[in-house]
Amino acid sequence: MTADAGEGGEGGTGALEGEWVGEMLRVARHGDEAAFAALFGHFAPRVKAFLIKSGTEPAQAEECMQDVMATLWQKAYLFDPARAGVATWVFTIARNRRIDLLRRSRRPEPEDLPWGPEPEPDQVDVLVLQQESRKLGKALKELPENQRELIEKAYYGDMSHGEIANLTGLPLGTIKSRIRLALEKLRQSMS
Amino acid sequence: MIRHHLSDALLMAYSAGQLPEAFSLVVATHVSLCDECRARMESFDAVGGALLEQDAGQAAPDAIAVDDASLAATMARIRAAGPVRRQAPPRRRQGLFPTPLVEYVGGDVDAVRWRAVGGGVRQAILPTARDASARLLFIPAGAAVPDHGHRGTELTLVLQGAFRDEFDRFGPGDVEIATEADEHMPVAEEGPDCICLAATDAPLRFSSFLPRLLQPFLRI
Repeated sequence: MTADAGEGGEGGTGALEGEWVGEMLRVARHGDEAAFAALFGHFAPRVKAFLIKSGTEPAQAEECMQDVMATLWQKAYLFDPARAGVATWVFTIARNRRIDLLRRSRRPEPEDLPWGPEPEPDQVDVLVLQQESRKLGKALKELPENQRELIEKAYYGDMSHGEIANLTGLPLGTIKSRIRLALEKLRQSMS
Repeated sequence: MIRHHLSDALLMAYSAGQLPEAFSLVVATHVSLCDECRARMESFDAVGGALLEQDAGQAAPDAIAVDDASLAATMARIRAAGPVRRQAPPRRRQGLFPTPLVEYVGGDVDAVRWRAVGGGVRQAILPTARDASARLLFIPAGAAVPDHGHRGTELTLVLQGAFRDEFDRFGPGDVEIATEADEHMPVAEEGPDCICLAATDAPLRFSSFLPRLLQPFLRI
C-alpha cells in the first residue's frame, strides 16, 4: 500500500503501516503532506459517496468533503490505531459533519478518556484491531444482499421498524472485545 | 457497578447519527460512564467505517470523483486554519456530571436551575432540538416520581442515588429504557437524593422513528 513502509527512525513504525495507519501517524506527527495526499486519494471519493448517499446535494458534497478531510488533518493527533481503523475514524468525522449540515442540531459526544492515545501504540494491538476490522468488513460483504441493504439504510438515515428488527445478526462480538481491551489498557496505563 | 445498559438499537442509531439530540445526550452521558457501552458504540462506528470503505464503487463515479484541484483546495483550507492547535487532554472529572451534560447545564449539579414540580421533586429542562426533550430530575430520597405521562420512549439515566420501579432497581450509571406500554412508578431509594437525566419524545409534534426503532428490542 505504501512505498516507504518500514520508516526507520520512529521506534519501528514498520508494523504500523497497513490500512493507512502509517499515513495517519505521519500526518499526526510531522504534518506530512505526501501522506495526506495519499489518504485524500483513497478517502475523499468515499467520503463524497457517503455524503451523497445520505442525502447531501452533490453540489454541496465537494465542499463538505473538503471540510471533512481538513478536519482529518486537524484531529489526526487524536487518532488511536489501537481503538479504531482509519476508515472508522474518517466515518465518524463525516457523520458528524453530516449532522451539522442536515439536521442543524448539536451532537453531544461522550467525554474523551482523560489520557488520550498513547504516544507509541502497541503494534500487536494495532494489528489485531486491523484484523478484526477486516473480518467485520468481510462479514458485511458476505451478508445476504437484503440484510446488507438494511444496514446501509440505517447508516444512511432511512430505516423503519420492521427493518431494524432484522439487524440483529451484526458480527460485532470480536471487534467489541478488542476495543474494550484497548480502553482497559488505557485506563490501567494511567492509574 | 452498572447493570442496565443501552440497547444495541440505541447505540447503533447514535453511531449512525440518527438519534434526536435529547436521546443523544443520554447516550453520550451514559457512554462517558460506561466503557462496556463505549466499546459497543465504537464497534458500531466500525460498521460505519466498513461501509464507507466498501461503498465508493456504488455511487455515480462522476459525482464522487476528486482531482488535484480538490486536494489543492483542501490543503488551502488547512493552511488557512493555521497550525494545528492541540487541545489539552481533558482533566479527570471532579464533579457529578460527565462532560456532555456539563455542556448542556453550563456547569455541574450546583449550576442547575431547578423548578419545583410537586412532592419535593424538582426538574430542569435542558435546551435541545424539539424532536425530543431532555430534563434533569431531582427526587428526594424515599419520594415517588410524579406521573410524568410519557407517551413515547423514555430513557432515564441515574446520576446519583437510586430508584426502584416494578421492573428493577436502577443505581448510578444505570439507564432504564421504557416505552409507553411500560407503566411504571419509580420511587427513589433511601440514602442520597436521586438525580436523573431523562429524555422523552412524548411531546412530539411529528412522529419520530424512535419508538418504532426501540420496540423490537424491548418486547423480547
